[in-house]
Amino acid sequence: MSADAMNTAPVGHGAPREFTARHAIGTKVRGIALVAHDGFSARYDLDRIAGTFSRPAHKLVGQSYVGKVLVLDTAKGGVASAWMLREMASRGVVPLAIVFNSVNPILVQGAAFGDVTMLAGFDDDITAQVPHGAAVQIDPAARLLRVL
Amino acid sequence: MKLDDEEQAMRAGTLGRVAQIAIEHQIRVGDFFGAADFVPVTQAHIMADTESLGESGVRWLEALADADDRGARVRIPTITDPRGTDFAKAAMLKQAAWMLTLERRAIDAFVRLGVAMTDTCINYQTIQAPTRGEHLAFGDTGVVIYSNAICGARSNFEGGPSALSAGLTGRTPRYGFHLDAQRQATVRFRVDTMPKSLNEWGALGGVIGRLAGNYWAVPVVEGLDGVPGSDAMKHFGAAMASFGSIALFHLVGITPEAMRLEDVGGERLPVAHRIGAADVQALQRSYATTDEVDVVVFSAPQLSLYELRRIADLCDGRRFVRPLLAVTSPQVKPDCDRFGYTERIEGAGGQVLSGMCFYQSYAREVAEANGWKRLATNSAKLVNILGGYGYVPMLASMEQCVEAAETGRLA
Repeated sequence: MSADAMNTAPVGHGAPREFTARHAIGTKVRGIALVAHDGFSARYDLDRIAGTFSRPAHKLVGQSYVGKVLVLDTAKGGVASAWMLREMASRGVVPLAIVFNSVNPILVQGAAFGDVTMLAGFDDDITAQVPHGAAVQIDPAARLLRVL
Repeated sequence: MKLDDEEQAMRAGTLGRVAQIAIEHQIRVGDFFGAADFVPVTQAHIMADTESLGESGVRWLEALADADDRGARVRIPTITDPRGTDFAKAAMLKQAAWMLTLERRAIDAFVRLGVAMTDTCINYQTIQAPTRGEHLAFGDTGVVIYSNAICGARSNFEGGPSALSAGLTGRTPRYGFHLDAQRQATVRFRVDTMPKSLNEWGALGGVIGRLAGNYWAVPVVEGLDGVPGSDAMKHFGAAMASFGSIALFHLVGITPEAMRLEDVGGERLPVAHRIGAADVQALQRSYATTDEVDVVVFSAPQLSLYELRRIADLCDGRRFVRPLLAVTSPQVKPDCDRFGYTERIEGAGGQVLSGMCFYQSYAREVAEANGWKRLATNSAKLVNILGGYGYVPMLASMEQCVEAAETGRLA
């Protein structure tokens, strides 16, 4: 369930649920999911000093992204994110991982440059599958997102 | 990825540490997208304002410039997107000294790597327009979409580290818009309106971008009644890329790959969206939240000589009560000066800035330092970006914006 549709999506019944991505990069991580059917651009959407979503129209506006696994629909915006993920990581104000239904090259380049774990490309809308606030594990080697 | 002998030598470090760092980064990206191999590129264009790089990015650049004793240099013409300041106007913008220091350090590192500091996002109007089928590694989404759609060239969005890597290796992973299959239309639009102003063209691009939805979508658009000019397509494409992360579109009968709908597979697609004047107006109205204006900005993309000429015409006989900033490239600025446009704009109280772009120039800090919040512009791209920086951006025509600088209110 995404932030904009909380209390509507089913939650797993005890057993971990796994989702396989077509694309993956980075190292295995475990964290809390921040979920929304919305886009992502480091320049357009974030207050990178405060570590929060700042675009007024964003469904996660006001929420902290620091250390979270972002589960979002698609990469948006300009090319700056390719630099910004590394810059954010250098200050410890960076998401733990980012998961997209659809990604653009910029976020992938940024993940490669900034060593941020990323998955993209699922058969179903991943933002409708992962509960907002759930503990998840991202395993890029296996291209898996696991809801714990 | 399949590597040729030279690429293997780069990866092994035989051709230096810098080439090795560059190609390793490119292979990681290429592997993610399943690229089969590399494709040679003829030009690279790097987005690298220091607001994006930060201290860590500048240190990385400096380390790269120092990494090879032989002095690694780019292999192909490699140019830059707007920087984070116009040094001549930094005091007027109230930018801090540390911002300028960071900019100077980044520039020094780029120059040592052989990068030409063109500082422009309209290189297709000012430096060299690409040709149909030319493979490129361009940064700035507006540059990429214009090059792909209007020129028929081939580039993905290349962020700064990847564009610099392409400059250093002379190639880029072959995926996305380098491939024929990716350039076919995926979503068909019917447009029942013909924009008359640049803000309307930007708004139309924004509407299409939002509906198309993601980077891999390729809109094909029918119904335009006439052939738009370069500045119109600049705003149209930049907004579409900004609102939708779109990198390629086709206009039937206008853009080079879509002389006919069937050239891009459009006849197989149903008309998914019809767009009229009301949709364009609705996007503009969605930003009309106040009529008080603190600052007027013409930027994103940088202005052409023709746009500056028009602004100069509108400035004659006026005296501004709000700052008006007109931002252009270092290539256009000398002609703007030479033809007297700068004098006319600045005579009314405006400012002509060069080599930067407003949103890439520490827009949040500049807003706080100057007390700017309510911003009027004719750039749909700019209004889409600046909300996240704490501004209340408003989209209006060039004429309305100039009038707002004179009255302090957007009519």
